[in-house]
Amino acid sequence: MSAPESQRISPEAVRKVAKLARLELSTLEVDTMTRQLAGMLEHFADIDALDLSAVEPMTQPFPLVNVLRDDVIRPSLDRDEVLAEAPHAHEGRFQVPPVIGMDS
Amino acid sequence: MSTTQDTSLTNDTFVVDGYELVCGLEVHVELATATKLFSASPNRFGDEPNTNIDPVTLGLPGALPVLNRHAVELAMRIGLSLNCTVQPSTFHRKNYFYPDMPKAYQISQYDQPINVDGWLELPGGKRIGIERAHLEEDTGKSTHIGGSGGRIHGSDYSLIDFNRAGVPLVEIVSRPDISTPDEARQYLAELRQILVAIGASDAKMEEGSMRCDANVSVRKPGEPLGTRCEIKNVNSIRSLGRAIEYEVRRQVALLEDGEVIRQETRHWDETDGRTHTLRTKEDADDYRYFLEPDLVPLVPDPEWIERVRAALPMLPRERRQRLSEATNAAPDSESVMVVVERGQDDYVLAVGASGAVDALAVGARALVHVKEAYADQGPEPQVPAADLAALIDLETSGKLTATQAKQILADMVTSGGGDAAAIAAQRGFEALDDSVLVGLVDQVIASQAEAWSKFCAGEDKAMGALVGAVMKASQGKADGKAVTALLMSRRSS
Amino acid sequence: MKADSKFRRSSEWTPDMAADQSSPSSYVGVPSGVPTTAAEIARLVRFSEVSAVSVVDAYLQRIRELDAGVHAFNLVTADAARSAAQRVDADIAAGRDPGPLAGVPIAIKDNLCTRGIPTTCSSRILGDWKPPYDATVIERLRAAGAVFVGKTNLDEFAMGSSTENSAFGPTFNPHDISRVAGGSSGGSAAAVSAGFAPVSLGSDTGGSIRQPAALCGVVGVKPTYGTVSRYGLVAFASSLDQIGPFSTTVRDAAEILEVISGHDERDSTSIPQDPLDLVSVLDRGVEGLRIGRISDLPGGADPEIESRLEEAFDALRAGGATIVDVSLPSMTYALTAYYLIAPAEASSNLARYDGVRYGTRVEASDTNAMYAATREAGFGDEVKRRIMLGTYALSAGYYDAYYGKALKVRRLISDDFAQAYRSVDAILTPTSPVVAFPVGAKADDPLSMYLCDIYTIPTNLAGHPAMSVPFGTGDSDLPVGIQVLAPTLAEQTMFRVGAELERRAADQFRGGR
Ligand SMILES: [Mg+2]
Ligand SMILES: [Zn+2]
Repeated sequence: MSAPESQRISPEAVRKVAKLARLELSTLEVDTMTRQLAGMLEHFADIDALDLSAVEPMTQPFPLVNVLRDDVIRPSLDRDEVLAEAPHAHEGRFQVPPVIGMDS
Repeated sequence: MSTTQDTSLTNDTFVVDGYELVCGLEVHVELATATKLFSASPNRFGDEPNTNIDPVTLGLPGALPVLNRHAVELAMRIGLSLNCTVQPSTFHRKNYFYPDMPKAYQISQYDQPINVDGWLELPGGKRIGIERAHLEEDTGKSTHIGGSGGRIHGSDYSLIDFNRAGVPLVEIVSRPDISTPDEARQYLAELRQILVAIGASDAKMEEGSMRCDANVSVRKPGEPLGTRCEIKNVNSIRSLGRAIEYEVRRQVALLEDGEVIRQETRHWDETDGRTHTLRTKEDADDYRYFLEPDLVPLVPDPEWIERVRAALPMLPRERRQRLSEATNAAPDSESVMVVVERGQDDYVLAVGASGAVDALAVGARALVHVKEAYADQGPEPQVPAADLAALIDLETSGKLTATQAKQILADMVTSGGGDAAAIAAQRGFEALDDSVLVGLVDQVIASQAEAWSKFCAGEDKAMGALVGAVMKASQGKADGKAVTALLMSRRSS
Repeated sequence: MKADSKFRRSSEWTPDMAADQSSPSSYVGVPSGVPTTAAEIARLVRFSEVSAVSVVDAYLQRIRELDAGVHAFNLVTADAARSAAQRVDADIAAGRDPGPLAGVPIAIKDNLCTRGIPTTCSSRILGDWKPPYDATVIERLRAAGAVFVGKTNLDEFAMGSSTENSAFGPTFNPHDISRVAGGSSGGSAAAVSAGFAPVSLGSDTGGSIRQPAALCGVVGVKPTYGTVSRYGLVAFASSLDQIGPFSTTVRDAAEILEVISGHDERDSTSIPQDPLDLVSVLDRGVEGLRIGRISDLPGGADPEIESRLEEAFDALRAGGATIVDVSLPSMTYALTAYYLIAPAEASSNLARYDGVRYGTRVEASDTNAMYAATREAGFGDEVKRRIMLGTYALSAGYYDAYYGKALKVRRLISDDFAQAYRSVDAILTPTSPVVAFPVGAKADDPLSMYLCDIYTIPTNLAGHPAMSVPFGTGDSDLPVGIQVLAPTLAEQTMFRVGAELERRAADQFRGGR
């Protein structure tokens, strides 16, 4: 029924996921992570056999709809107080290193 | 490009080397709300950087979104104006990292958008399908500093302003029903007019409150759809046509060279008039969409939808139809299009209604006068409709020439109205007596014998010289139309 | 407000270090010379029988003396606390209503935003971030006259069951400082257990209030999802997170909940309802209530804990309740559903820690490299593990098999509860399958740690209220908690049962705590 650990998730998949999540895992961490994630996924295989085709997904515990607010301005935060918390600010804006290889 | 391409272009076909264009547009418009989509900080263009910020806008830890009711109503207005079905909807998170995306996810409607399945009718009558028009939040603004001229590549660093982050957007996705660059332009222009008319957005492409991406593919007629490329950074209605035309030629040249089109996102460069690869499908992000757990579904009840529908103003299309009927000009004629776009159609109708005789004739003249005299004026002409109607009555009864009427209207525009007859008298405009006009015509036939004989031989070009000479002799008082009619009748007698 | 008397733990900690500290035998207790429950403090302060300043000074004194051994706090705000207490005393002197929690010292889990006071989530990535705003619960507590004594330690971003995953080192159990306090709200549980504050706030995503409450021998409540505003609670898993109180008495938990519950327009998932009315029902007893015993409860609890559970049923039966067997067949899948849903939401919630707007940054040559370096250095192992797991569960090709399926299992569990609550008014289970375990015992085995929450997770999935009430001791004389579960918004029933258990425990285990 359940696949061996090594087949549940591969180091390549772990690297790909790390890239998506913007985590910079070292080779050692990739190995540990692969083993741990595979172990968990193995444990989570208990739901594999369930037939859930007729079951509605549940995304929120309490069913509310149409929670809306009026279009009324409230005071903004103080820019200096906010920028004081920024790792790098310049001319009233947040500064980041060059943006390469990302789409806008 | 390796081949010389053969383009045949008429009003409704655009064929390059036997390939036809298949195009759909994705238009983002910023909604004209006071506050952001999910928070109460101001939605205002042009403010000092990072002054319209709050915990939600900045994606601070612990901040939570709450949906703006007015933004929902404006989205509903857009959907209803585009003949969409307004339906229950939900919000998802679209996860990706970018420095101007504060939470590293955009809250957007995904598989259950608020508006689906509508259409937009072009002025000529063709319908372009609307797949969906959904709500989402805008990003902040990055400025790339250093390197070559503010481009991303080679910049030294970037600065982020979050004033725009969280501004409500509606993304309007058309079906791929657009077959010519001109239709694309018409679609965008018509959409812009609708958005402005219903107060949903100021839809200024130059300020970025309306932005357009084009999905372009080509195919031989009857064949399956080709691979499409998405063209971004189209910043004006004119550029849209240019970008699509360029992209079609690029794709056709590739296909003719036996190459394949790669599905990719391309960037339109206004300065070199080309599109460039921005990213290919292979490096497309995996957005990991999932239902936004911090928001609840939006389920507008039918009464709410009907209330919004009932409050919609008359749309540009209906207004053009109405103006057309009141002026006898075609609904997609330039004057009708322009006057409705400027919002001066109510005024033209009022002028027609206050004329002493034949409302249709007065309306027709009013349309022309308003189009010309109010080119750069505000939507609300200041000359009282009755004053302009009186002027047109003088003109249509032959007491003033078209030229004179124009001059008097210019005076009236400057002074905000006036008695047309009095201004005419002041300017020394008096109607030329018919017998005087006949005399002048005979005089010119005699003095311009060569032109007269050419005209009699059927050279209509010669008529210009004759009319000009009569006008000159009358010192501008003659009505050009009357002179032409006299000359024609002389020739045929 | 100024952060003062600030002390931070080193992120390098070994169990020997605890042994090195010259420590008293037990850290459990209360300050002397002042009232020690929120209800008593508020009453006596209101009538000027004791000053708010003297109360807070007594608690601060105890913190100063003992927190070095417990490490309940990331930050103690002594000066701000004293000024707040002075304001309460001044209000009373001036005849102004000091509020229902006048002068009550309270400790706040360090994942609740406090304006101008560092809010760290016990993570390196937030650095010394000082939020520019207060969480709704903070506003409500302040308006009620409560006095904030400091920010308590937690598992980084509330991910864990032992408070060992803190960038500032673990919190130790006041009953035995070689053992964990439970987690993730270990600091808030230990603070109440050690008498550093009569009450505290925690957050509970899969048991993070109830499990440390059980391990530290205090009361801990997770209310119905949507009862307490999450505005200003740093999100871990948005559809599961709820804020709730720790206290030494059931009454105090009710007092705090009455203040912090009720609709908040800044949280779209906040239920539009009045604040809970709980104190008035505490004396009603359990006569006529039907209490559920889960016949297919996943096993594995310590035998002594199982015995306490039986005694709890007996106690309620003695109080006039009937015990009814119920079945929750899907409960066995709760752990799987939870460990797919919570990390999925977390992977998205924690994406905002990117070094751009706040917190720490590791500089790099381009933005993408900066993101990766910042997040690599800023997050601890457990957080990375959950971000990885959650990203994977949501990624293209795996969504249906993992996240999508987990949402359906969540529905099954919710349906099972709905079925069970047709025949019972509340359900009892152990809170934790084990008593407080030694520091380090489960640190290298994430799965065995996850199993600590096997009895608490199902209610978060269903969104129901649940509370843990101390009920005797288990192995090594360590505290055992009994969990009371109730249907959505049935907090009154839950508190009636909790109060009854508390009364029976006082008789049954006198001196045994
Ligand atoms: Mg799009
Ligand atoms: Zn969009």
